[in-house]
Amino acid sequence: MKAKIIITPKKAVLDPQGKTVQNALEHMGYKGVGAVHVGKYIEVELAGSDKESAHKQIDEACHKILSNPVIEDYKFEIVD
Amino acid sequence: MNFAVLQFPASNCDQDAVHVLQNVLGHSARLLWHKETALGDVDAVLVPGGFSYGDYLRTGAIARFSPVMQAVKQFADNGGHVLGICNGFQILCEAHLLPGALVRNRSLQFRCETIHLKAATTDSPFTNQIPADKVLRVPIAHGEGCYFADEETLAKLQVNRQVLWQYCDATGALTDVANPNGSLLNIAGVCNERRNVAGLMPHPERASEPLLGSADGRLIFESLIHALQQRAGAKAA
Repeated sequence: MKAKIIITPKKAVLDPQGKTVQNALEHMGYKGVGAVHVGKYIEVELAGSDKESAHKQIDEACHKILSNPVIEDYKFEIVD
Repeated sequence: MNFAVLQFPASNCDQDAVHVLQNVLGHSARLLWHKETALGDVDAVLVPGGFSYGDYLRTGAIARFSPVMQAVKQFADNGGHVLGICNGFQILCEAHLLPGALVRNRSLQFRCETIHLKAATTDSPFTNQIPADKVLRVPIAHGEGCYFADEETLAKLQVNRQVLWQYCDATGALTDVANPNGSLLNIAGVCNERRNVAGLMPHPERASEPLLGSADGRLIFESLIHALQQRAGAKAA
């Protein structure tokens, strides 16, 4: 199994990186570009096949270390 | 007083901190490797600057789980004084010993320069020797020093006077131009509600001798030493 985790800055947090990328896209002539948010993608390989316990473990790990809940949101899926 | 200065892989201000505490201020300071599980007989802990664990994942995120930090957490929970500088501040926030978080500078630049700051309150173990309204000149060197906390936390910080230092201009005015990283409310450093743990992004250990261009940073260490001496005196009495 594998956990695919996406971490993004919370909406309330200033995201200068996203803003800079947005400006670049606009400069390049891409039309209709709205706010850009730059986050992180993490893959964790997991032994076993118990998806429910994997879900619980990854959720805890996301909360404790993989993301900082003060400034970031996370979502993930467990895939085979 | 006896200080423990923590040392993580890629700490780089640890020796400077020991130098100031020992050679400039005449106290005892020893380095404590991140794998240590006990602090020993110490009066205060200093978490120095650097790039602990390569700043991987987030600044301070990995250091928070090192063995020595579990001992520091216990020390702080028992009322022990802990000061975090730069990466040390980031580690203390990640460890939830301090509120809020430090995110990427608004400019996206690594800022390495001398800035001005002043104490927002002198009522703390970390600011009691700083004259009110005195503008301190202290260097910064960071890429992720933009202080963030949600509105509720910010309101609480203000009510409890937990904002200890703020970036200002040479006249002491809290302007946007004087804010080097985009920190909310120009916050350069905060303390916890109990006032025994504090952190700041500027480097007082790099500004504690006139030879280095400023000795203003000494006031922060002298505040802490004063508080520790008072506490020791109260215990003895």
